Amino acid sequence: MIELIDTYWLYFLVGQYPHGPLGGLALTLILAVLGLLFAFPLGLVFGIARVSPWRSVRWPVSTLIQVVRGTPLLMVVFWAYFFLPSLTGQNTNQFWTMLTALVVFDAAYLAEIIRAGIQGIGKGQTESARSLGFSYLDAMRLVILPQVVRNMLPSLVNQFVATIKETSLGYIIGLTEVSFIATQTNTQVLTKPAEVYLLLGLTYFILCFGLSRFAFWLERHLQQRTMAKAHA
Amino acid sequence: MTPLFDLDLLLTGTYHDWLVAGLITSLSLTGISLALALPLAIIIALIRLSPVKVLQWSGFAFVEAIRNVPLLAHMLFWYFGAPELLPTALREWLYARNIEATSAIIALTLYTAAYMSEDVRSGIRSIPGQQFEAARALGFSFVASMRLVVLPQALRVTIPPLISQTLNLWKDTSIATVIGVAELMYQAAKVESATFRSFEALAVASACYLGMSLLITGAAGWYQGRFPVRTA
Amino acid sequence: MIQIEKVNKWYGSYHALVDVTESVAKGEVVVVCGPSGSGKSTLIRTLNRLEPIQSGRIVIDGVDAHGPRVKLNAFRSHIGFVFQQFNLFPHITVLENCTLAPTRLRGLKPSEARDEALALLDRVGLAAKARAYPGELSGGQQQRVAIARALAMRPPLMLFDEPTSALDPEMVGEVLLVMRDLARDGMTMVCVTHEMGFARDVADRVLFMDEGKVLERAAPGEFFARPEHPRLQQFLSDIRTPFPQAA
Ligand SMILES: Nc1ncnc2c1ncn2[C@@H]1O[C@H](COP(=O)(O)OP(=O)(O)OP(=O)(O)O)[C@@H](O)[C@H]1O
Ligand SMILES: [Mg+2]
Repeated sequence: MIELIDTYWLYFLVGQYPHGPLGGLALTLILAVLGLLFAFPLGLVFGIARVSPWRSVRWPVSTLIQVVRGTPLLMVVFWAYFFLPSLTGQNTNQFWTMLTALVVFDAAYLAEIIRAGIQGIGKGQTESARSLGFSYLDAMRLVILPQVVRNMLPSLVNQFVATIKETSLGYIIGLTEVSFIATQTNTQVLTKPAEVYLLLGLTYFILCFGLSRFAFWLERHLQQRTMAKAHA
Repeated sequence: MTPLFDLDLLLTGTYHDWLVAGLITSLSLTGISLALALPLAIIIALIRLSPVKVLQWSGFAFVEAIRNVPLLAHMLFWYFGAPELLPTALREWLYARNIEATSAIIALTLYTAAYMSEDVRSGIRSIPGQQFEAARALGFSFVASMRLVVLPQALRVTIPPLISQTLNLWKDTSIATVIGVAELMYQAAKVESATFRSFEALAVASACYLGMSLLITGAAGWYQGRFPVRTA
Repeated sequence: MIQIEKVNKWYGSYHALVDVTESVAKGEVVVVCGPSGSGKSTLIRTLNRLEPIQSGRIVIDGVDAHGPRVKLNAFRSHIGFVFQQFNLFPHITVLENCTLAPTRLRGLKPSEARDEALALLDRVGLAAKARAYPGELSGGQQQRVAIARALAMRPPLMLFDEPTSALDPEMVGEVLLVMRDLARDGMTMVCVTHEMGFARDVADRVLFMDEGKVLERAAPGEFFARPEHPRLQQFLSDIRTPFPQAA
């Protein structure tokens, strides 16, 4: 295993970069960060639409979210792979294909986190904002959402972990993220498949476990702060 | 001229049979993995709740090690890596059989069990100890208290998240495509490359995934309506 | 200032307000009391249209509150509303709670809003807590901030829905003190409350509600000395002897 790491660590981390496109763990992380970054505003809009008092807003968005959540991510990736080119009129590379799929998929999941967050805030907050004269959207923007976003920080970190894991599906469309690189390494070494894939697992584990612990700590920290405040 | 959208091609004949075979394989993967994962999940949950520190810790390590690595990496490991660790005779024997499906089932079972064990654990922990004490104080035996008071409450809390894990399992079976299991996703891709009818092939497969997902979501909704969680 | 004409409201098939007709003059303090579930909250919430009504009319300062053309947000910003559960915004400081609406809705500059808010907080005795978060205050303090927050919009009318019911007994006094102070300054007020001492000393008129109807209305002297309706007599004797069965 040491020998393997010694020879291939750079390949694992960045792929063929700088002699080829950036890949490996770096690509995995970039995809996950961009995926979540673009999915967040979309998820926010969807989440707000989900609890909207207007049926004509609520209904189509709810349907869309249900459909995405009932479909495997791989299916979404395939749809993007086959139909993004005809939609945009140009050849889409694997990176944009995967990113699009991730954004659509994550937005649907974030929307549900945001919906639950809004519904958890309690009617009194909206009522008091409205009684001061704020419009529905102002009450959302100034009073409800700031609280929701703060409370959902741990969920957001957990969603980031999920997104990192989801990027592995890029493998199927030949995107050179870390799982794909591992398989390439395996075909080069040929004699040590168990070690190569254990190393792959370990790489994901260190990253994701570290982040999950951080989310756990964050949750407890936020909880303690609210409790300390309430008892002060 | 060929019609733009021709579903008939997939509703009868060879391609239809391919897709149906894929659907059956996907359903079998789900069924078998679920049957194996449930008891495993309960065992892990009990291990994590046991008073022995070493057991608690190993349960935790198992769950975290599995949850923090993408399912795709699990599949690659069980398919490419793990067989190399077996003695030659056993390996030959396995390769002569359905090594793809076996690897997929192992990966799906472990992955699902790790998540389900967390739901079972929090379900059991959600029932306050006083409930058990109150039953004993009324004169019920240990077994009767468990059977009549604690378990019925714990089940109501646990079953809805278990159903939603089953939904995840159903969607996750699609990842078995990666190691060549001829499930629905795989067959859809095969039909696609044989007919160049991307849209129809993906639409039929999506409809299957979505239909089954809706059934599972419906089951969860029905259960929660029929057996709501009640607290005093 | 307020005219309520034959207002009816249903929750589904439950008739929550039955032909309510009342009026409140400018500068008047009206206390509404009655048993639990009698419709007090429902009535006061229809005044700023937190609840819709099915028939009748509510006119406040010449504006038909439930009419189709009312500019709802501007209308509400002229009515202060104080909730039983305070409902301060927990993610911003006490001062920011009091400046949020004035800066956004009255168009005040931040510095002006700040000065006004500090003056109001001083008036409710909490200037020292301006930088604290709501979670760091006691219930009584939170409710006083909630009153200051409502006053920051300079409303000519204040509505209170059981402002002291969620408080520990030792904190009721400080909130009532602020309300007395407001009444003395000539604020028009409608208060749902069970604080009969407050009603006797401060109110110009007391209404008694039961089963969605206003059964009696009188100046506090009359109201307590010569209750007419048997339901009111019962109600008053119940609240005077906290444990009627034991007595
Ligand atoms: N949103 C609602 N849906 C259905 N019924 C409601 C709703 N809100 C109130 N009610 C019913 O209307 C009646 C009047 O309620 P309201 O809250 O106005 O009473 P109240 O006089 O304020 O009582 P309390 O002293 O307990 O606050 C009650 O019987 C209540 O059950
Ligand atoms: Mg009330």
